[in-house]
Amino acid sequence: MRRTNRIVPTYTGDVSGACSALFELGGMVVIHDPSGCNSTYNTHDETRWYDHDSLIFITGLTERDAILGNDDKLVHDVVEAAHELSPRFVALCNSPIPFISGTDFRAICKLVERQCDVPCFYVRTNAMHDYVTGADNAFVALAERFVVPCERRKSTLNILGATPLDLGIAGSDASLRDFAHRAGFEVTSCWAMGSSLDELVHAAEAEVNLVVSATGLGVARLLRERFGTPYVVGMPVGLPDDGLAEGTWAYELAEALREAVATGECRWPCRDGRGVTQPAGEACQLVGEPVAMGSLACAMGRELGVEGRVVCPLEAASELLAPHDTRVEGEEGVEETLVAARLVVADALYAPVVPSKARLVALPHQAFSGRNGWKTAHDLARLDVRELLA
Amino acid sequence: MLKRLGPSAVTAGETTSAALFPSGLEFNAPVHGTWNIVHIGMLVPEAHQIYVCALNCMRGVVLTAAEMGAQDRFSCVVLKEEDITKGTVEQVTLEGIRDVLRKLEAAEKLPPCVIVFPVCTHLFLGVPLGRVYRKLEEEFPQIDFVRALMDPISKRRLIPDKRLRKVMYDPLLPCEPDDALVALLGSEFAPDPDSDLRTLLAAGGRRLTSIHDCETYGQFKDLARAGTIVSVFPNGEYGARKTAERLGRPHLYLPATFSYDEIEAQEMLLCEELGLPLPDFVAERAACDEALEALRTVVGEAPIAVDAVAHPRPLGLAHLLLAHDLNVREIYLDGVNGEEEAELDWLRAHAPHVELSSTILPDLRVASRTRTEKTLAVGPKAAWFCGTGHFVNMVYGGGLWGFAGVRSLARLMAEAWEQEKDTRDLVPRKGLGCVSCI
Repeated sequence: MRRTNRIVPTYTGDVSGACSALFELGGMVVIHDPSGCNSTYNTHDETRWYDHDSLIFITGLTERDAILGNDDKLVHDVVEAAHELSPRFVALCNSPIPFISGTDFRAICKLVERQCDVPCFYVRTNAMHDYVTGADNAFVALAERFVVPCERRKSTLNILGATPLDLGIAGSDASLRDFAHRAGFEVTSCWAMGSSLDELVHAAEAEVNLVVSATGLGVARLLRERFGTPYVVGMPVGLPDDGLAEGTWAYELAEALREAVATGECRWPCRDGRGVTQPAGEACQLVGEPVAMGSLACAMGRELGVEGRVVCPLEAASELLAPHDTRVEGEEGVEETLVAARLVVADALYAPVVPSKARLVALPHQAFSGRNGWKTAHDLARLDVRELLA
Repeated sequence: MLKRLGPSAVTAGETTSAALFPSGLEFNAPVHGTWNIVHIGMLVPEAHQIYVCALNCMRGVVLTAAEMGAQDRFSCVVLKEEDITKGTVEQVTLEGIRDVLRKLEAAEKLPPCVIVFPVCTHLFLGVPLGRVYRKLEEEFPQIDFVRALMDPISKRRLIPDKRLRKVMYDPLLPCEPDDALVALLGSEFAPDPDSDLRTLLAAGGRRLTSIHDCETYGQFKDLARAGTIVSVFPNGEYGARKTAERLGRPHLYLPATFSYDEIEAQEMLLCEELGLPLPDFVAERAACDEALEALRTVVGEAPIAVDAVAHPRPLGLAHLLLAHDLNVREIYLDGVNGEEEAELDWLRAHAPHVELSSTILPDLRVASRTRTEKTLAVGPKAAWFCGTGHFVNMVYGGGLWGFAGVRSLARLMAEAWEQEKDTRDLVPRKGLGCVSCI
């Protein structure tokens, strides 16, 4: 049954995805939930919680208030905290019980905004989707509310879809900026690590957007629609110590960025750049977030002549998958797909469903194994593919 | 010096009732040493836990098991949006649990006990859980199904933690009592080796046992043989009492405390009920005073902060320390345990300057977490809020009990004062005392 996980963990949920996306932007995120959501998020999903004082709270919803619809208390508590803490914005997130009772969050946002004069928006969540959906919705809601038209600046880009849930704790965010500079671009904003809300507001300045995870695709499309900004989907896996050597995956990605600027067309190199060296079979499979795994497959193809296919257990958009890739549901879906595999690249906690005859190359994914992977965390952008697969 | 006095902090002298703070949005400090329901459930040897809930709610429990390295004893069934809209929650719950059990059976790992955790969603949708359990029991008669619940939204029913500490003992069946055996139920920790509880029982020829001594499910079920049941932790009292009633055993609730008078009364009751020789209370009290005096010699006038995570009686602990001229300045708690209302009165009258601080109100997210003076903390939350590495890393009383417990705590505080800990590394770890693979 696809809904059961006998032994492997589940991915982090949409509420945590939304919180992670908005963490660094000076806003206040309020989860309308009785308990647990905040603790779960900050314990397992938020690598920055101990060191950065981001305003993320729960409402402490009670059974009585959920049944009787005491939204006044929600509005009052949010407004009071906003008055006290002066956030740049307020974002409200849903959870299962308010979802069942049909709480009207958009109306509540209007009431909050009217009473505290702080922009307030709803992030579509209900705890029943994975983090890709939650973070994607949060980025879109943020862009809809804040990004303003502005004049294009040459050789600039935005990095979209950067959260520790995909980038982990080993410095991939800094490496992404380094990649952008080497490719000849100044970073206008990074959604959303290491950038302020003011930088995000001016995202329309950028000539091109680099989508580094599935969580950034929605906002890329929105910026394309509103401002005509082309986007390129891919993660610069295997960045060398300096420069961008021709023939490497990172070089190709940089080329794709320049082409997108020149033509105004979007590019999907982490999907379309495969099948170049070898048609993917089932012998090598990469399980996880499709932009990272697709990019890793590209880097493996360039470096080692082995590409493999991507196995996606997430709610990421289908367009991110190449024709030979596969989308699966739950532990059973992954287990069945890996039956013929000889080499599996996946988080170490997938080990129980990797066939005994296959070799597992462990690559920690924060959104899957949380803190369990910290001791072996990799900077995905600087991953040495040869070393990984040695 | 007090750092702030706003909605999230009051002095003892300003309190007018046991409701110390206004309700509002809640913040969660990165301090996770307390046990959650997964940790508690793992105490039942050979038991397998199955959670049935939405993805986001699942995350905390599934990774708790993973961080314990106990994934093989944990499974889950994910509820989706369509289950709510199509009304298939009951079906998915039943089929999901059945599927997990069939897979375990195929792997020849069918457990003797399965602890099932439905959630708030089941209650709100009126899912007939009794029918689900009946069907499972018909199909798997060899398994004891424990009916737990993860419904944090419910503030009127038993909280999940208290409920679990009751239902986890439901598989114990009535049997002939062994009067030489006394079972401690409802606690995370086995009593300290030199706890008064063990010493007093041993002196009277009785043996103390608990779930912590059990390596097999059979040994766990043998806890039912105990002639007397004891509980010492407030959240465990209900379960221990109900289990004792069901098994027809006497139950003694002897909550861990720092009041010499209360300890003496509890030990007299225990000795009277079980026919044990009384200890020398005068000598016990004197030894405690001596230990606290030794502590004072070590820490002097240093500011001390205590929290309600370290011990369910933080006000009583503060009282004990203040009464021995130790400089308690801050107490971190979010409400006053009903057993401590007299202690709040004492603080109000004798130490009105002591600051009582919430741990969850929103302004605490941005409050200063540094102190100008070296601070000694009892408990991980107090350590985090005060920004100190000099702390006793203890949760739920840590198994300390009786006069020996007072002396052990004094020793732990002196050690904490002299040896700095890595707060950043220690306090975010979950389930202090459990295996941690991170």
